[in-house]
Amino acid sequence: MNSMEREERIGRSLGELRQTFRSGRTRSVGWRKSQLRALLKMMDENEDQIFKALHQDLGKHPVEAYRDEIGVVKKSASYSLSCVEKWMAPAKGRIPLLFFPASGEVLPEPLGLALIFVSWNFPISLALDPLIGAISAGNTVVLKPSELAPECSAFLAKTIPLYLDSEAIKVVEGGTDIAEQLLQQKWDKIFFTGSPRVGKIVMSAAAKHLTPVTLELGGKCPIILDSLSNPSDIKVAAKRIVGGKWGPCSGQACIAIDYVLVEHKFASTLIELLKKTINKFYGENPKALKNLSKIVNNHQFDRLRNIIEDPAVAASIVHGGSLDEKSLIIEPTILLNPPLESAIMTEEIFGPLLPIITLTNIEESIEFINSRPKPLALYAFTKNEAFKKKILTETSSGSLTFNDCMVQYLCDALPFGGVGQSGFGRYHGKYSFDTFSHEKAVLRRSFFLELEPRHFVVRNYNSLSILDTPRNA
Amino acid sequence: MASEDKKKKPAFDCEAASSTVKDLRATFATEKTRSYEWRASQLKSLLKLINDHESDIIDALRSDLSKPAHEAFVSEISMLRSSCEFILKGLKRWMMPEKVKTTITTFPSSAEIVPEPLGVVLVISAWNYPFYLSVDPVIGAIAAGNALVLKPSEIAPATSSLLVKLFGEYLDSSAIKVVEGAVPETSALLEQKWDKIFYTGNGKVGRIVAAAAAKHLTPVALELGGKCPVIVDSDINLTVTARRLIGGKWGLNNGQACVSADHIITTKDFAPKLIDALKLELEQFFGKDPLISEDLSRIVSSNHFAHLSKLLDEDKVSGKIVHGGGRNKDDLKIAPTILLDAPEDSLIMNEEIFGPLLPIVTVDNIEESFSIINSKEKPLAAYLFTNNKTLKGKFVKNVSAGGLLINDIALHLANPNLPFGGVGESGMDAYHGKFSFDTFTHKKAVLYRSFVGDAPARYPPYTPGKLRLLKALLGGDIIGVIRALVGW
Repeated sequence: MNSMEREERIGRSLGELRQTFRSGRTRSVGWRKSQLRALLKMMDENEDQIFKALHQDLGKHPVEAYRDEIGVVKKSASYSLSCVEKWMAPAKGRIPLLFFPASGEVLPEPLGLALIFVSWNFPISLALDPLIGAISAGNTVVLKPSELAPECSAFLAKTIPLYLDSEAIKVVEGGTDIAEQLLQQKWDKIFFTGSPRVGKIVMSAAAKHLTPVTLELGGKCPIILDSLSNPSDIKVAAKRIVGGKWGPCSGQACIAIDYVLVEHKFASTLIELLKKTINKFYGENPKALKNLSKIVNNHQFDRLRNIIEDPAVAASIVHGGSLDEKSLIIEPTILLNPPLESAIMTEEIFGPLLPIITLTNIEESIEFINSRPKPLALYAFTKNEAFKKKILTETSSGSLTFNDCMVQYLCDALPFGGVGQSGFGRYHGKYSFDTFSHEKAVLRRSFFLELEPRHFVVRNYNSLSILDTPRNA
Repeated sequence: MASEDKKKKPAFDCEAASSTVKDLRATFATEKTRSYEWRASQLKSLLKLINDHESDIIDALRSDLSKPAHEAFVSEISMLRSSCEFILKGLKRWMMPEKVKTTITTFPSSAEIVPEPLGVVLVISAWNYPFYLSVDPVIGAIAAGNALVLKPSEIAPATSSLLVKLFGEYLDSSAIKVVEGAVPETSALLEQKWDKIFYTGNGKVGRIVAAAAAKHLTPVALELGGKCPVIVDSDINLTVTARRLIGGKWGLNNGQACVSADHIITTKDFAPKLIDALKLELEQFFGKDPLISEDLSRIVSSNHFAHLSKLLDEDKVSGKIVHGGGRNKDDLKIAPTILLDAPEDSLIMNEEIFGPLLPIVTVDNIEESFSIINSKEKPLAAYLFTNNKTLKGKFVKNVSAGGLLINDIALHLANPNLPFGGVGESGMDAYHGKFSFDTFTHKKAVLYRSFVGDAPARYPPYTPGKLRLLKALLGGDIIGVIRALVGW
C-alpha cells in the first residue's frame, strides 16, 4: 500500500468513527458496559493466545504476563464496569446568592475521537488499560499498537474487531510512517505512552489542532533504601527490589527501578542479599536464566550493551554483566557507583542493569533526586517516620511508594501519571474516565427574580455587596 | 534591519527571561511558597491590593477600554474579590492529602493523594478583562503554592503597568513577577522551561503557546474563545430575555468577551418580536445615541476596529443590518448592531466577532439549532432561553461546549463551583474555585506499605500455583486467595 492509499484508508476510518460518534451510540451507558463486558470476554477466551504473543515478543513468562498484563486489564475492566454509571452521573454544584434561583451541575461528556499510542514493553495492558478509559467515557477510538511487539500488535488487530464495536473502535497497525500520518489528523484527545523524545513530537503535532494530550513517559525512578536494622526487613526489601527491577519485563518498564540510593556502610549487605535473591528467582547459571523477559530487539540490546561496555561503567559491575545476543537475554546486572556522568546515570536505563549509588547519609538522597528531572515513580524503604515525611514533602514525582515497588500501579484509587519530564495527565480507575471526558459546566436559571444591579441603571456600585459569594457557599 | 533591531531591542530578551526563571526556581527551591501561611498571606495581600486600589483599577480600565466604572466593578473587581475569598476559605482543606481506599491486591497498605505545587508557572493574560484575567489565574497559581511570572497584555497598557506597580508593592516579589511586553518578550518567555503555562487568548496564539510548551513537555491550560451561540425559543419572558441578552452582549465589554453572545439562533416567526424587544431595551440602557453612552466600552484598538468594520462592510452583510451600525473611528466606538440572516458563508458568520455586532440566524424549527451548533467548532459557552423543559433536556444532552447556561448569559463563569474552560477549539483545562487550585497542582499518588504481607505469587520462580493465586489476588477474590494458598 502506498502512502496515498494509506492516507485515504485512514481518512475513511476516521470518517466512519466520527459518524459513529455523531450517532450518539457510544454515549449510552448500555454501549459502554457492553464494550467493557466484551473486552473481559476477549481476555477470558484468548488467554493462551495472549500468553503466546507476549512470549514471542518479549519472552514473558505466563505468570509475569498475567500479573502485569492480563490480570491488570481484567481488574481495570471489572472496576470500570462496576463504576461507570456512577461516574457518568452529573455532579451538582452549589450556587452563590446572585444567581438564585438557579441550579448548577458538572456533566461529564465524551471528548469525541481519541487516539491511543501504545508502547512495546507492556503491549497488551498499555493498549487496553487506556482503551478501557476511552470506552468508559463514551469515545470512539483508534488504537495504534507498537510495531516493536508485532505478535501482540497482530493479536489486537485481529481480535478486537471480533469482540468490540468495530465502527467505534479500530486498531491501526504500523510503524513510524503510520504514526506520523495519524498525527496529522485532528483528534479530540491523544493518549501516548512512550519516551519523552517521541512525547515532544506527539505534543507538537497535537498543538496544531489544539488537541489535549496525556503523556505517559518514564524517567529514572530511584529507590531510597534506608539502612534497615531488622534482618527480615532487609530480606523483604531485597525481594521486592529484585522482583520490582527484573520481574516486570526485565526492567523495561516505565516505573521499574532505575537505580538505588543507599548509605556506604549498607551497600555490601544489600549487594550480597540482592545476589542471593537473584539466584533464587532467576537461576544461578547465567547461560540458563529463567523467569526473565528478553530485551525487545537488537536495537535495544545494543543500546544496553553500549551502556555497560563503557570501560568506567564495566569496571563498576559487581554482579552479572553477561549478554546473550542470540536469545537477547541480559543477565541481571548490579553496578556499584558507576560514574554519575556516564550514560547509565544520565539516561533512563530501561533494562536489567541496576546501579547502586552510595551516600554518606541517606538524607542526601533527597538532594540527589531533586537535582535531576522528576521521575514517574519514587520508591523509599524506610521505617523512619520523620524521613518518610521529609521525602513526601521535599521531593516531587508522579507517585511515591513506601516499602514496596511497582504495586502502586495496581491501585485503582490512585492516579497514575507523571510530572515534569515524566509526563502529564493521569489515568487508572476514575482518572481514566476523567482523562477521556470533558467536564461540561451546566447552569440553569429561571426568568423571575431579576436583580437590577447587574444592569446599568444603578450608578452606586458600592451597593453591590450582594455580588460576593455568600458566606455559606 | 540590524540597526533597527538594535534600536528596538526589547529590554526583556531571552537572557533576561532565563535569569527571571532561574531566580524563581531558586525561590521555589527554598520551599517557602509551599506553606499554607505563604499562600494565604499572598492571597490576603491581593485582596488588600484590590480593596486599596479600586479606583486606580477602574481608572486604568477606563483608559484602556473606556470600560464603564459599573462594569469594571461588577465583572473585574468584584469577581476577583469573590474568587480570592472563596479560595481562601477552601485552601486549607484542599491542601490536605486525600485518603483513598486500597484493595486486597496490595494488602496491607494505605494510600493517599497528596497535592503539591507544580513549580514555576507562566500566566499569559488577555486585554479584554486585563485585570480580572491576569489576577484570577494568579490566584490559582498562588493557592497551589507555585512561583510565577504574569505577562499581562500590552494592548491594555494602563492596566499592565498598574499590575507591575501594585504586584511589586503588595506581593512577594521573589516568587511573583510581572513581565510587561509584546511579541518579543512573550517569545522570550515561551523559550523557557515552565512547569505549567496558563494562556488566555485566541486559538492562533494558543497553538503557538502549545507548540512552544511541547519542546519542554510543559502542560498547558488554554482559555480560548469561539463563536458562542444563543438559542432563543419563543416560549420565554421576552423582556427579561432581551435585557439578559443585552447584558450578555454589549454589557460585557461591548461584546469583547470570550463568553459573550456571538450570535442568536431563533425561529423565523419569532425573530421580529425579539428584534423589537432588543431595540426597545437597548434604547433604555444606552439612550438614543449609544455612541455617546458612557455605559458602553469602546473597541480596544484601531486594529480591532478595522477587523469589526471589515465584518460589517462585507457586501453581502451590510444590507442585513436591522439596528444600529453607527461607528466613530476617532473614538473607537461602535454602536450595538443587530443583523438578520447574514449569509452563512460571510466572514461575520465564520470568525469570532468579539465586538458589538449581533447576527441573528433564523430557523424553521428551534431544534434545528442543535445541528447548526454541532456542525461548527465547539464554543466556550452555549446559551438557551426557553421555558420548555424538553428543549432544555435536549440542549444539555446534545450540545457540546465548555459550559452551558440556560436562560442567562455568561453568569456560569461567576460560579466558583463550576469549572470554567473550553473544549476542542475553545481550549483545554479549566479553572475557577477549586478547579484553579487543581490546574496548578500535581496530585502525587502515595502508597504506604509495611514489610509484612508479601504475596509469594509476585516473585519467581513462577509456578502454576502462583498463577492461580495471582488470578485470585488481582480479581479481588478473597475465597480464591485462600483456596490457592491451601493448594486447593
